[in-house]
Amino acid sequence: MSSSVKPTHDVGLKCYHCGDTGNPKSFVYADDHAFCCDGCKTVYELLKESDLCTYYNIEDRPGNKKAQEAASAGFLSLDDIEISNKIIRFTDGNRARVVFSTPGMHCSSCIWLLEHLNKLNQGVISSTVNFPRKEVTIDYLVGEIKLSELAGLMSAIGYPPAISLGDLELKKKKRASHSRVMKIGIAGFCFGNIMLMSFPDYFSIGDLELTPGLRHLFAWLNLALALPVLLFSASEFFVSAYKTIRYKELNIDAPIALAITVTFLRSVYEISTDTGMGYLDSMSGIVFFMLIGRYFQDRTYENLSFERDYKSYFPIAVTVKNKDGEHSVPVSKLQPGDEMIIRTGELIPADCTLLSERASLDYSFVTGEADPISKIQGEKIYAGARQMNGAIHARVEQATSQSYLTQLWNNDAFSRNKEEEHKTYIDSINRWFSLAVILTSLTAGVVWYFIDSTVALNAATAVLIVACPCTLLLASTFTHASILKWLGKSGLYLKNANTIDRVGSATSIVFDKTGTITAAHEADVVYEGAILLEEDEAAIGALASQSGHPLSRRLAEYYDEAREQVVAEQISEVVGKGLIGYVGGKQYVLGSAQFTGSEAGVSKGANVWVSKNGKILGRFVFHNKFRSSLGEVVNELKGNYHLELLSGDHDAERDVLTPVFGNDMKFNCTPDDKLEHIKQLQLQGEKVIMMGDGLNDAGALQKAEAGIAVSDGVNNYFPACDAVLDAKAFDRLPRLLRFTQQSRKIVIASFVISVLYNFVGVYFSVTGQMSPLIAAILMPASSFSVIIVTTLSAGILARHLKISQN
Amino acid sequence: MSAMFLLIGASLLVAAGFLFAFIKAVKSGQYEDDYTPSVRMLFDDTTDKSKEENSK
Repeated sequence: MSSSVKPTHDVGLKCYHCGDTGNPKSFVYADDHAFCCDGCKTVYELLKESDLCTYYNIEDRPGNKKAQEAASAGFLSLDDIEISNKIIRFTDGNRARVVFSTPGMHCSSCIWLLEHLNKLNQGVISSTVNFPRKEVTIDYLVGEIKLSELAGLMSAIGYPPAISLGDLELKKKKRASHSRVMKIGIAGFCFGNIMLMSFPDYFSIGDLELTPGLRHLFAWLNLALALPVLLFSASEFFVSAYKTIRYKELNIDAPIALAITVTFLRSVYEISTDTGMGYLDSMSGIVFFMLIGRYFQDRTYENLSFERDYKSYFPIAVTVKNKDGEHSVPVSKLQPGDEMIIRTGELIPADCTLLSERASLDYSFVTGEADPISKIQGEKIYAGARQMNGAIHARVEQATSQSYLTQLWNNDAFSRNKEEEHKTYIDSINRWFSLAVILTSLTAGVVWYFIDSTVALNAATAVLIVACPCTLLLASTFTHASILKWLGKSGLYLKNANTIDRVGSATSIVFDKTGTITAAHEADVVYEGAILLEEDEAAIGALASQSGHPLSRRLAEYYDEAREQVVAEQISEVVGKGLIGYVGGKQYVLGSAQFTGSEAGVSKGANVWVSKNGKILGRFVFHNKFRSSLGEVVNELKGNYHLELLSGDHDAERDVLTPVFGNDMKFNCTPDDKLEHIKQLQLQGEKVIMMGDGLNDAGALQKAEAGIAVSDGVNNYFPACDAVLDAKAFDRLPRLLRFTQQSRKIVIASFVISVLYNFVGVYFSVTGQMSPLIAAILMPASSFSVIIVTTLSAGILARHLKISQN
Repeated sequence: MSAMFLLIGASLLVAAGFLFAFIKAVKSGQYEDDYTPSVRMLFDDTTDKSKEENSK
């Protein structure tokens, strides 16, 4: 995933602050300048207050005070000792360091601004941005600025830190790549120097004899240099081989560990008995190349987390009311009986009972139900929903971790390790190849023993050195690295190399509905009824814009142009039922059938009726807008995969979807239903890819062989999965899947090439003619050719299948 | 030929120096973020200038 700065659209308006172009509709204005977002506008105003013409000059200004205070209030929970202890990396009482995740940064001026926080507030000592990870590390003075104020400051300049419940459980990210860079560096250093000192021996032909003194010097120096390679750089092969041998299995590292050991021991023997210079350059060279391959294969996407559970979705604190007033309480400390106050847009963090009269809840992410649910006083509300309209009071019934939703995570689908369970074709090839090599080696040894026993050991070990299974590892790691890169460029981000084969060998695909095949927050609006006059349309738009209900918002958008300059008056809203208002003296009512006085019964799906001065005009029917390419994508996939739809939503759209999915559809599924269904498919022998996007898909995503989260914006939340598909790349899905399937061919092709080299090498070994010179030529030659072939083939295949174009 | 021994020793020392520098660089965390420094490098440091101007 590219982390460099790119313009998003190519039309018209440019933000005055950051130069970004975007959707003109979402631009905000100040002082005759256009800004792409409130963040840029706020920064501009802040800089303007300091009376400066370029934004590089910024003096110690506290920033836009009012906005900052308001923002700080939202982060008050951060001052709670328990919470701040978990976020702060270290502190000595005087200074402290905190790392905030700020997904809002998107350009170089963001980096500039975030690294100059110390100019905005004296409490900040310094701040450093890690752009690929979208993080900022801030060192500040504990006595001068509180954590909540710091978060408020960042929020006020447009970069609110994203802190979720999951961030409080600081799992130390393994810096494995750190030590791998070290291993590669040392292996490369030793490899280069060993090669340099082996050249004199290779070139000592005839008159150019190497003096014995120098020969000994070079030989022992080589041995000294080979030790760090063996003990440090190659250690991961030995460790991994040892681990699997304990379970009486063989993975790809075992034969490599054997080959390295044999090479080293034989070289030690030759050097100490002065019979040769050993094969240390080949050994260190192959370790070097294999580590590089692994490094590229394991490079993952730094700003994507594939391991999110419900905790990363939930907020860290919620307002609780008790005798002393309202406090911000950490979600993990909620007790049954606490009275929560949940405001518009906030998440319900625990199963609770509604104390207020009414609530309008959006469960689309949790159950897949696209339409908001109305609840009345006394009804039970499940955790995970977003409150839509107004503040509500609710009494906690279960702690967050005990809520109905989070119980899903107790399923043992979440504790399995998919990588270990899946045996790839590479493991099978490896087993056969290793067996063949060992047999050849033993045969050569035995045969020579009877002909000329001095050559026996020579031939046997030479075979093991040359016919190295390392080339299979090279072929697979470099191919995987290329494939991951190409897939990432095209919008499909896989978690690791093992996922490639799990995706490529799938036989069936299960789709979720809400958010996965529906385009987010868009809906088709169809009006049925008496003809609407222009003034009616304007009035409806103006009235609808006064409510936060998603259907009202869509109506307002639909009539965006019509309602310009029209104002609705005397508005009253009954949450979950409808709106009443006056435009131009006429009364308009928008809402449910019952509310507007229509005699139609309750219908499935979203309807908004409208009446004017007491007389029903008609109704608006909202259809989920499906992704435009859905039909084509499904058609292309049908030939190769068994397709199904599992939705948590009601089945109002069954008829629309039947031509697409046939009868393989299930509606009103709970998260457990989805998981069970995947299990059933697997019992029938299918290998399943699950495509989903919400918390209700979390179980299915884990259970399936490969779970792909479809995301409209990679900074948004998506549950734990094996791959993330950018929603914009949805129409490329068939091509992307085909690419992963055919990657197998590339690995096998390059393996075949390396086997040819191996034949040549084995010929020399078996006939007892193997020499360090020949090995030194063969090893790099085969390694390079394998690397080049795999990288080029992956690129050619990617272009051929056109996976990057729409 | 004894000069060779000296030369090889010297070159190994120099090489070891570079290796040491490499290890230090990796340990200092430079390789953790290889994008942001490229952007940071291009920022103008005009802050001090303006302070001088304003205090005149």
